Amino acid sequence: MLALDKVGKTYPNGVHALSRFSAEIKLGEIIAIIGGSGCGKSTLLRAIAGLDRATSGTVTLDGTAITAPHAKIGIIFQEPRLLPWLSVADNIGFGLSDLSAEVRREKVTRALARVGLTDKANAWPRELSGGQAQRVAIARALVPQPEVLLLDEPFSALDAFTRRDLQDHLLDLWADTRPTLILVTHDVDEAVVLADRVLVMRPRPGRLFEEIAINLARPRDRNSAHFDNFKRRVLTALDRSLDRNVPDSEAAANAGEAMWW
Amino acid sequence: MLEQADVAMPTAAAARLSRFARPALGLLLPLCLALGWELAVWLGYSNGRLVPPPTKVFATIAELAKSGELSRHITTTLSRVAAGFALGVVAGTVLGAVSGYWGLARRLLDPTVQALRAIPSIAWVPLFILWLGIFETSKVALIAVGVFFPVYLGVMGAILSVDRKIVEVGRIFRLSGPAMIRRILLPAVLPAYVVALRVGLGLGWMFVVAAEFMGASEGLGYLLIDGQQLGKPAQIVAAIVIFAILGKTTDWLIELATAPLLRWQDAFGRERGAA
Ligand SMILES: Nc1ncnc2c1ncn2[C@@H]1O[C@H](COP(=O)(O)OP(=O)(O)O)[C@@H](O)[C@H]1O
Ligand SMILES: [Mg+2]
Repeated sequence: MLALDKVGKTYPNGVHALSRFSAEIKLGEIIAIIGGSGCGKSTLLRAIAGLDRATSGTVTLDGTAITAPHAKIGIIFQEPRLLPWLSVADNIGFGLSDLSAEVRREKVTRALARVGLTDKANAWPRELSGGQAQRVAIARALVPQPEVLLLDEPFSALDAFTRRDLQDHLLDLWADTRPTLILVTHDVDEAVVLADRVLVMRPRPGRLFEEIAINLARPRDRNSAHFDNFKRRVLTALDRSLDRNVPDSEAAANAGEAMWW
Repeated sequence: MLEQADVAMPTAAAARLSRFARPALGLLLPLCLALGWELAVWLGYSNGRLVPPPTKVFATIAELAKSGELSRHITTTLSRVAAGFALGVVAGTVLGAVSGYWGLARRLLDPTVQALRAIPSIAWVPLFILWLGIFETSKVALIAVGVFFPVYLGVMGAILSVDRKIVEVGRIFRLSGPAMIRRILLPAVLPAYVVALRVGLGLGWMFVVAAEFMGASEGLGYLLIDGQQLGKPAQIVAAIVIFAILGKTTDWLIELATAPLLRWQDAFGRERGAA
C-alpha cells in the first residue's frame, strides 16, 4: 500500500506548491488526479517518485519511506524521454541492466510485442510517431514490473484518437500485472474512463479538494449515461475547486469535451 | 505512409548516385580555375612567375617527393600537429569536464580560462620561446594552446546543456554516479565533443604554420618561408596545397571514426549532404 501522509512542498523560492496531501492507495488501484494548472499535481507525483523530496509529511510504500527513486516505483512523463542514442529495444531494456543479456532480451522482446512495436525494435527513437514513442516509454516503465506506476499527463501531447487508443492500451497492459496507477491528467474523460477514484485538487496551495469514486464496471462505455453522470460530477467538483459557478447540465456536457489546463 | 515510400525510393537511388556526384560537383570550380590558369599561361597571357600554373606546382611537388624531402617535411609537421593536438585535447577534455560537471570548479577555473582565451594565442610565442626554447617543445606548446580552448569550451558547454529531463530518466532507474556518466552523460555530449575536436584540429593546423614560421628547419611551414625567401612561388603553392590536403584528410578521419557512434543523430545536415 502507498500511503501519503500530510505531504507538503515549499520550493526554495518560497512557492508553497503542496499542502498536507493525504491519501491511502491500495495495490492495484487506479487513481486519477485532476485539477487546474499549477495546483501541485506534478509536485506531488515527483515526491512520490522520489525525484524531489517533500518538505513536510511522508510518502511510504509498504512501510518504507520514499526519499529517493525506488525500484518498485516507475514514472512516465508527458514527453516520452527516450534516449535518442539507443534503439527502441535498448530503450525498453534500459532499466534491466542488472539482468543477464539473455533474460533482458527475452523480456524486451515480450514487451515489444505487448505494445505492438515488434517491427520497430531496431528503429531509432527519432523514427517513431508521438504515440509510438509514448508506447515505448510505457513499455520501458513497465518491464521492471513496478508496483506503482506514476503517469504525469502522459497522453496530453497526443491527438484525440491516439490518446483514446493509448488509454485503452494502458488499461490492457495494467491488467497483466495490476500495478497501482496514479495518473495526473487534465482530461475529465480520461480520468473517468481509467480511474477507480478521481482526486480533485485545489490550487494555492495545492491540496486535496474532493474525492470521487467511479463505480463503473470495466470496460467502460464512453457514451453511456452512467459515464456522463460521473463526468458531470467530476466537472462540477473541478469548477467548485476553482471557485467557479456550478454550470448547468448543458454547459457541463460541452465542457466535458474541453480539457482542463 | 504511401507518400513517404514513393518519395523514399528515388531519393535512395539518388543518394547512392550523389555519394560520388556530390564531391565531384565540389571539385568543378577549382578544377576549372586551375585549368583556366594553366591555359592562360600556356597561351602566353601571363608568364606565370608569381602565380605558377598547376603543372609547375605539381612538378615541384614531384621533385620534392623524389628527393625524399617532402615526406620528411610532412612527417615533421604531422608529428607536431599530432603532439599538440593530443596535449590540447587531453587538457581541454579534462578541464572542460571538471568545469562542466562540478559547479565549484567552474566558478574557480572558468573565469581564468576565459581571460586567457581573450589573449591572441600568437602573443604567447615570445614567452614560449624564452621558456621552452626555439625547438620542438615551444612549437608543440603553441599548437596545444590553440587546440585547448575550443575543446575546453565544447566539453564544458556540452555537459552544461545535457537535458535535465534525460538525466532524470537515469535517476528513476537509480543509476550510480559512474553509470550515469557512462550511460547518460557521455552519449549525450558526444556530438558536441566531436564538433569541438574538429574545430580544435582546424586550429591545430592553423597554429602549426605560425609555429613553423618561428625558426624551423623542417616542416611544411618551413617550406613556405623558404619559398618566400628564395623566391620560389611554386614551392609556396605546393606547400599550401599539401596543407589543404592534410587538413581535409585528418578532419575526414575524425568524422569517419566517430560516424558509427553518431548514427542515432537526427542530423539535418547529413540528409542534405552538407560537408
Ligand atoms: N522547481 C520549481 N521551483 C519553484 N516553483 C516550482 C517548481 N516547480 C513547480 N513550481 C511551482 O509550484 C506550483 C505547482 O506546480 P506543479 O506541481 O508543476 O503544478 P501542476 O503540475 O499541477 O500544473 C506552481 O505554482 C509552480 O509554479
Ligand atoms: Mg504538471
